[in-house]
Amino acid sequence: MFAEFLQFLFSGITVGAIYALVGLGFAIIYNASHVINFAQGEFVMLGGMNTVFFISVGMPMPVAMLLAVVVTIFIGLALEKFAIEPARDASIVTLIIITIGASIFLRGAAQVIWGRNFHSLKPISGNDPVMIGGAAVLPQSLWVLGCTIVIVIALMFFFNRTLVGKAIVASAHNPLAARLVGINPRFIMLLSFGLSAMLGGIAGILIAPISLAYPGVGIMLGLKGFCAAILGGLGNPMGAIIAGLIVGISEAVTAGYISSAYKDAVAFIIILGVLFFKPSGLFGVRGTERV
Amino acid sequence: MNFKTPRTGGMLTLAALITIMPLFLPNSFYYDIVILIGINAIVCVGLNLLIGYTGQISLGHAGFFGIGAYFSGILGIEYAWPAFAAMLAGAVFVGVISFLVARPIMKLKGHYLAMGTLGMGIIISIILTQEGDLTGGPDGMPVNPFTVFGFSVYGEKTWYWIVGAVLLITVWLSLNLVDSPVGRALRSVHGSEVAAETLGVDVPHYKVLIFVASAVIASLAGSIYAHYAGFITPEEAGFIHSIELVTMVVLGGMASTFGAVVGAAILTILPQLLTVFHDYEMLAFGAILIGTMIFMRRGLVPTLASLFQRKLS
Amino acid sequence: MSLLKVQSLNLSFGGVNAIDALSLTIEPGPIHSIIGPNGAGKTTLFNLITGVYVPSDGQILFEDKEIAGKKPWTLAAMGLARTFQNLQIFFNMTAIDNIMVGMHLNSDTRFLPSLLRLKSIIRGDNENREKSAELLKFVGLGDYIGADTDSMPYGALKRLEIARSLATQPKILLLDEPAAGLNPAETGELDGLIQKIAASGVTVVLVEHDMKLVMGVSDHIIVLESGKLLCEGSADEIRHNPDVIAAYLGESGRNL
Ligand SMILES: Nc1ncnc2c1ncn2[C@@H]1O[C@H](COP(=O)(O)OP(=O)(O)O)[C@@H](O)[C@H]1O
Ligand SMILES: [Mg+2]
Repeated sequence: MFAEFLQFLFSGITVGAIYALVGLGFAIIYNASHVINFAQGEFVMLGGMNTVFFISVGMPMPVAMLLAVVVTIFIGLALEKFAIEPARDASIVTLIIITIGASIFLRGAAQVIWGRNFHSLKPISGNDPVMIGGAAVLPQSLWVLGCTIVIVIALMFFFNRTLVGKAIVASAHNPLAARLVGINPRFIMLLSFGLSAMLGGIAGILIAPISLAYPGVGIMLGLKGFCAAILGGLGNPMGAIIAGLIVGISEAVTAGYISSAYKDAVAFIIILGVLFFKPSGLFGVRGTERV
Repeated sequence: MNFKTPRTGGMLTLAALITIMPLFLPNSFYYDIVILIGINAIVCVGLNLLIGYTGQISLGHAGFFGIGAYFSGILGIEYAWPAFAAMLAGAVFVGVISFLVARPIMKLKGHYLAMGTLGMGIIISIILTQEGDLTGGPDGMPVNPFTVFGFSVYGEKTWYWIVGAVLLITVWLSLNLVDSPVGRALRSVHGSEVAAETLGVDVPHYKVLIFVASAVIASLAGSIYAHYAGFITPEEAGFIHSIELVTMVVLGGMASTFGAVVGAAILTILPQLLTVFHDYEMLAFGAILIGTMIFMRRGLVPTLASLFQRKLS
Repeated sequence: MSLLKVQSLNLSFGGVNAIDALSLTIEPGPIHSIIGPNGAGKTTLFNLITGVYVPSDGQILFEDKEIAGKKPWTLAAMGLARTFQNLQIFFNMTAIDNIMVGMHLNSDTRFLPSLLRLKSIIRGDNENREKSAELLKFVGLGDYIGADTDSMPYGALKRLEIARSLATQPKILLLDEPAAGLNPAETGELDGLIQKIAASGVTVVLVEHDMKLVMGVSDHIIVLESGKLLCEGSADEIRHNPDVIAAYLGESGRNL
């Protein structure tokens, strides 16, 4: 009984951690630019696909992973430079369409370069499950968890302790004041896209052994990451992480106990339920709009 | 009547286009594309009332399109309902559902609204996919031919005139609505909600009204599509289709009824043209989308219209 | 009967009392002004009166009826109108369409007739269009009737907002810093416009920092500070009130 629950919990936390990383990517870009980047899921796809590619041309796994992240970061930067920056002052809907255009473009590019096939990636430390409290846990799950924790701690350090990190936080808080003290908003935006692409790329590498890598893998992951970002209160990174885990665990538990058919609907049912009662998300601050 | 106003002039142009178009359609393949343009345009004219005029985004309207399509499919095949009755039942059902979700959903703003409508659409498409006993699951289901008074509607040519007429009527209704006190109230919600409400506009009422109206139009178009195509899949209700619809509205030009028609035409034709690029199809589609939105932010029709006006003056 | 009465009104934002046990009365007829330093709560008071914000506590009586917490569109129908400190023009519409939104409550807003564009809709629209043009002329914007709002100068937009609120046929008109951003000549014209509006029978409540304008047009001045009533009286009484001078020292005290 309990072992079964633990089993669901572990698989939930594993995907939840991925949603959290994707949600975090949404939050970081939103904070820097008030843009919702619908191509966030494609960063995840790129992380996995690039790793598969670099391994297939004979590179050792760690090098392939590193290169994959670097390539994904460059794509993130290019996205900001060539698609977002020229449309800075456009309306929300226009920017949404642009990032959706970017996601279609990236999926299309992946199809051209790597074809439509599904690729598998070897797990980092094999496939032999580890037994924890009676539940069989794949070593890859532990990698996902461990890496997510390390990333979150590193990001906290970055945002709270480093000058550049603090500059990002400051300009999210008060763009005008930040500009006055000499923080370049363009640089911050570029940085935030690079950072989010990095998070997406890493998430993609971590999840590929479980989800496989293929051009369309990012669509659902991206949407559920968006769920996490909104559920956590848009622009609240910690909220996004917690919400990502909530979504992942609810999905796994639903699939296990209720119906695996409606697994993919869980995230969206939760988000609608929450938004109907709390229009600014679980951890969003509800202010009175100034007029 | 003043033929130079965008209203009458535009209506006449559209009517003329629809009338002479068959002269230039060599075979059923072309008819098929034009009919699909018409069906998409009907949905987009409705969606434009919500997005373009009222300023409220929906990333889930394909869900309503799908419900309409499946009502026609299921009630017709499983319960032998007459086509009109099934279509009406779908529209009423969508009216009720959209009314129930409209209040809470339309309270959301900006990206939260995007999320809410997106979630709603995805839930609908998942239900249609998973309730396989009724809907045939991911593989889809066949739909009866459209039958009125014992006559079945067959063939592209007949459908062409039906869709053309429905499109003309939809455009006419939309133009009427926009140019009325209700239409101005809708636009005022887009312009400034706080100003609108202090001037006496019951903002939530109008948001709900137009959300429901656009959903019902989508449902009716879905029913028409189902009978025309003869076969439907849950993809009709899916996220990608919702995105296509929004993109048509935005690309053609927000707050422009004819823009919605033009957007639907371009984005229906474009993938057909791009098939010559084979594998590069998606890549090119994405690039064109980005490019147009960067360089013609207000969409094709408004951008071109103001260019044209500047030339004239 | 007083026109508007506020009793022990409270509203706080995250612990800050923007309006603090405020009571005041506006009699029908003359021109009233509300002054006070930035952050005193003037705009917040307007937002409360027009239903944009809901008070945490207290009463607002309009013609002796409790209106606190009522929706803005209900209040508009009762005869309350306002302009905004930060322009809230419908930039997606022409000047005259902006005014026609102001006539919403006196328009035929039935859905089906609008869809079919019945004769009654056309007739109503034509009448309202004429009245709107009149209103534009009334505020001195006769040249801008068909103009796109995004090509109009700032001063004209300020007037457009006033005309739009008049279109609701209000009993009371709340003006939030109508002179802010205007040059002296434009402010002079505004002075005349406000008097014209008051003369037409609308009670005007003016929030303004331009002391020359305030002292010139007001029959009754209310001074707010930190959400509380500091004092009230005629222009002369306010000019010589030591509390007011103290509150304004360093800000616009010199202009008093
Ligand atoms: N929507 C809001 N959220 C939080 N604080 C607000 C809001 N509106 C006003 N305030 C605060 O209430 C106080 C009064 O503001 P306001 O009414 O705008 O002053 P005034 O119009 O007299 O300059 C200020 O401290 C302001 O920061
Ligand atoms: Mg103010």
